[in-house]
Amino acid sequence: MLAAIGVGSIDELFADIPPGLRLSRPLALDAGLSEQEVFEELKALAAKSTSAEDEISFLGAGMYDHYVPALIDSIILRSEFLTPYTPYQPEISQGGLQAMFEYQTAISELTGLPVSNASVYEGPSAVAAAGYVATAASKGSRFVISRGVHPHSRECLRTLAHAWGMDVVEAPLKDGVTELPALDDGVSAVIVQQPNFLGAVEDLTALAEEAKSAGALTIAACDPLPLALLKTPGECGVDIAVGEGQSLGNRLDFGGPSFGFFAATEALMRRMPGRIAGETKDVDGKRGFVLTLQTREQHIRREKATSNICTAQALNALAGVIYLSWLGRRGIVELVELMLQRTAYARDRLRNIDGVTQIHDRPVVREFAVELDAPVQRVIARCQEQGVNPGYALGREYPEHENGLLVAITERRTRADIDRLADTLGAAVAAERQTVRARA
Amino acid sequence: MIAQADDTLTIYERSKDGRRAFVAPSLDVPERPLDDLLPADARRADAPRLPEVAEPEIVRHYNRLSKRNFDLDTGFYPLGSCTMKHNPKLHERVAGLPGHARVHPLQDPRYAQGALELMWRLQDALGEIAGLPHVSLQPSAGSQGELAGVLLTRALHEDRGEHRTKVLTPDTAHGTNPATVTMAGYEVVKVVSDANGNVDLDDLRAKADEDVACLMLTNPSTLGLFETGIEEIERIVHGVGATLYYDGANLNAIMGISRPGDMGFDIVHFNLHKSFTQPHGGGGPGAGPVAVSDRIEPYLPRPQVVRRESTTNGKEPFYDLDYDRPKSIGRLRGFQGNYGVFVRSYAYIRSLGAAGLREASETAVLNANYLLAKLRDAGVAQYLPAAYDRLCMHEFVLSGEPMRRELKIKTLDMAKRLLDHGVHPPTVYFPLIVEEALMVEPTETETKETLDHFAEIVADILREAGEDPEIAREAPYTTPVRRLDEAGAARHPVVRQAMSGN
Amino acid sequence: MADPSYPDDLKYHPEHDWARIEEDTATFGITWYAQDALGEVVFFDAPDVGAEISKDQPYTEVESVKAVSDVFAPLSGEVTAVNETLADKPETINEDPYGEGWLVKVKLSDPSEVDALMDSAEYQATLD
Repeated sequence: MLAAIGVGSIDELFADIPPGLRLSRPLALDAGLSEQEVFEELKALAAKSTSAEDEISFLGAGMYDHYVPALIDSIILRSEFLTPYTPYQPEISQGGLQAMFEYQTAISELTGLPVSNASVYEGPSAVAAAGYVATAASKGSRFVISRGVHPHSRECLRTLAHAWGMDVVEAPLKDGVTELPALDDGVSAVIVQQPNFLGAVEDLTALAEEAKSAGALTIAACDPLPLALLKTPGECGVDIAVGEGQSLGNRLDFGGPSFGFFAATEALMRRMPGRIAGETKDVDGKRGFVLTLQTREQHIRREKATSNICTAQALNALAGVIYLSWLGRRGIVELVELMLQRTAYARDRLRNIDGVTQIHDRPVVREFAVELDAPVQRVIARCQEQGVNPGYALGREYPEHENGLLVAITERRTRADIDRLADTLGAAVAAERQTVRARA
Repeated sequence: MIAQADDTLTIYERSKDGRRAFVAPSLDVPERPLDDLLPADARRADAPRLPEVAEPEIVRHYNRLSKRNFDLDTGFYPLGSCTMKHNPKLHERVAGLPGHARVHPLQDPRYAQGALELMWRLQDALGEIAGLPHVSLQPSAGSQGELAGVLLTRALHEDRGEHRTKVLTPDTAHGTNPATVTMAGYEVVKVVSDANGNVDLDDLRAKADEDVACLMLTNPSTLGLFETGIEEIERIVHGVGATLYYDGANLNAIMGISRPGDMGFDIVHFNLHKSFTQPHGGGGPGAGPVAVSDRIEPYLPRPQVVRRESTTNGKEPFYDLDYDRPKSIGRLRGFQGNYGVFVRSYAYIRSLGAAGLREASETAVLNANYLLAKLRDAGVAQYLPAAYDRLCMHEFVLSGEPMRRELKIKTLDMAKRLLDHGVHPPTVYFPLIVEEALMVEPTETETKETLDHFAEIVADILREAGEDPEIAREAPYTTPVRRLDEAGAARHPVVRQAMSGN
Repeated sequence: MADPSYPDDLKYHPEHDWARIEEDTATFGITWYAQDALGEVVFFDAPDVGAEISKDQPYTEVESVKAVSDVFAPLSGEVTAVNETLADKPETINEDPYGEGWLVKVKLSDPSEVDALMDSAEYQATLD
């Protein structure tokens, strides 16, 4: 091969690199290992973490331990879905493109908005991406974001808004739901979450109306499964619906990869970020699919693109649409109604524990917040020692709920699990109150 | 494979009322009236029109769809700038272990030590490869890594009380670079390339001033050429107080051979779905970690994975998430990043080790130069000459302009005809500064036979075009669909299934 | 698309736009060369009626599948009409760039600017 190239050694191929920049020692990394050794090491690392298999978990706050059906892996691990690149040659990418089209349809059905893209990275950055659309599509120099939006999403928006020279104002929660300040034409967009971070169902219609009368866009960050029951963002007059897709057929994976969904009104179609698959025909009149409206994207519009996104989360979105097909029209309603009932049961059991009070009593779907009369971190630690993870401690991001606990219910949490949670939590709270009293 | 008449039916068109795959677990709690739990005015009028299909139909549907895809496990995929190297099969096995796959991101760090340790070790390894010690794994993909880099630059300058408005990118830059610059609130200024395909140093000197925040560079460039003037570039850029940003898309050419940190770059991003074998998945997931120098470290996204040495004798170090970062730019995404991608990339690095990574890059560069030579020998160069007459690195760019003039077929037609030969075409029409560009990146995991075969195919197509250009112009013929009406799709976009009541 | 043509009764701008002048109003469009370079037009982002446009500045965009092109105003004035048929059939710009494919009608603010424009022969000379 070297002869064909016309050089004498591999070293000559790197002649363009100035000698002073050539690494004069091997990389300070261990020597390579056999497949078996790598497997053993990764297995040993896995053993050092407590997964949802090792404890009964009520931990949610944006990602949830749902049951992922076996058929998903059997499909997404197929080479033909796992290993190709983004479909730049549509003639040999019809599988991936059609899957995107089917996914977009499913997201439109969930959100009630006619235009969905083929995925963005995940939930919180999708909120920032929606904010970016607002800077182009809407006048104003300010975002109003509800305190009920996930803390990570609020932080993402602030990080980017700073670069855009946009202000971010927070709307407080009152009795568990968003209370918007008076809006004026300086507001570019209003951002809310449905259900909100404390689990409460918001009145999206009223919020969207207020935003609209001030000439602002409404962006709703939504938990996708509850949308099977809740009034859709589209029905409520929301302009852009985004959200975290992990619940839809994807694993926890310590936070990623999952996918974000992004759907909007027809008017905003040409400002959408990300890939969009469209239906068309080939020269023989056969139905086919292509990436469309590419002039929005970075590879064509470059500095004027609607986003810089290139690689997104196609495989995870595929898992999402397979999952939604697996649930089906009736199944998704049954699933969410089951979660609704169990959540109500859990909420009831917990608020009847001595030392546990509801933070709000708004309708909830699959998550609710309580306040403990004991140091929440210590209570959680006691519960985990008993093999139960009771939920997320709210205090760091919501100091007004210093000992708040956010409890999530999925279809995996049975009545027996919930009863065990109540018992374990009850005992832990009692023990901690005892300790506090003893110290006092 | 027998083509099915209904191959293009969507899952919705296969739906039949009443069919189901999912069976809900039985209700084991007292049932309360729906209206009590969720008032009617909070509920949607109709259920989402998801398909009603049973498992066998779903499996068949997606299996058939998969067979309408070409993929890397099936054939040669020399997409320039994409580094389509083999995805080792071990990786799915380890990524699927419950101790990696089913850990909640908000799990107490005490109960997530395995995950945090893996992330820390990956950070350490990436830092060594880049030659920059501080790594954040948070960004979700290369574009988000680029965004991190420019925002980190902004934070540095703002901390110094400086207000800069411009970022320089070469005219060969990948589209994500200028798009990122705008998203980060800066103005793009293009720097031209010289006749050798390198950044024109005079143009850079003219444009580099104290209003410039950063120069974003890929090295080797998107032309597959090493920036021979990199030392002078570094002097110019740092001389005006700007940062030097490394787009890691082409890292596959230099692993273990040269390090961006040593070249003077302040910030580097990696594409774990390129050099580090995360499967592309048809468009993601990926990951875009960044490595930075000491002076940039304080601004890294929050939280950072850190290792706290134990103060107690003999106790293990503790891996933790550090939120206490007052100068941090904040967050670019939720939680800690695409952990599943980290597992695979870490497994890759452990498999190859120091020598293996170096060998990977050497072989990538060898394969690219060999293929370039082979194409020249096969007589291809007359119609598809190399854009620059030099040794390339891990990829090279050909220009189809002579082919267009003399054989009357364009780079697009060559690409479509390649589809009929069972290979994925190279990248087309990028970079923009080469007419009728064709960018080829074979990677190190291809055999010599595959490269020889590809050169033959290209030569065949050119010969065929010499006799009858119409064949390539109407190609492909053997793929699941032929050329598609993209104009129609863009004029009247149909982006979801039409359903009754739509 | 038919062969290149550059009607003699029109005025031309170096950025490949034409103007048909009628007293103090004008109709603008893009030339055969521009539509050929762009490829099949898929979208015309019409400006608002009443918008002020300035000579030599881009006032709108035209998109094909793989490219976006700024459209430059040959003369300054106020937009009095936009070609609404292009919303449904943007490819008219390719089929009939000087007739049915017109983009906007403008009330000129400074008719003397016409002197700076080229005639058909001068414009064609720039095309090599």
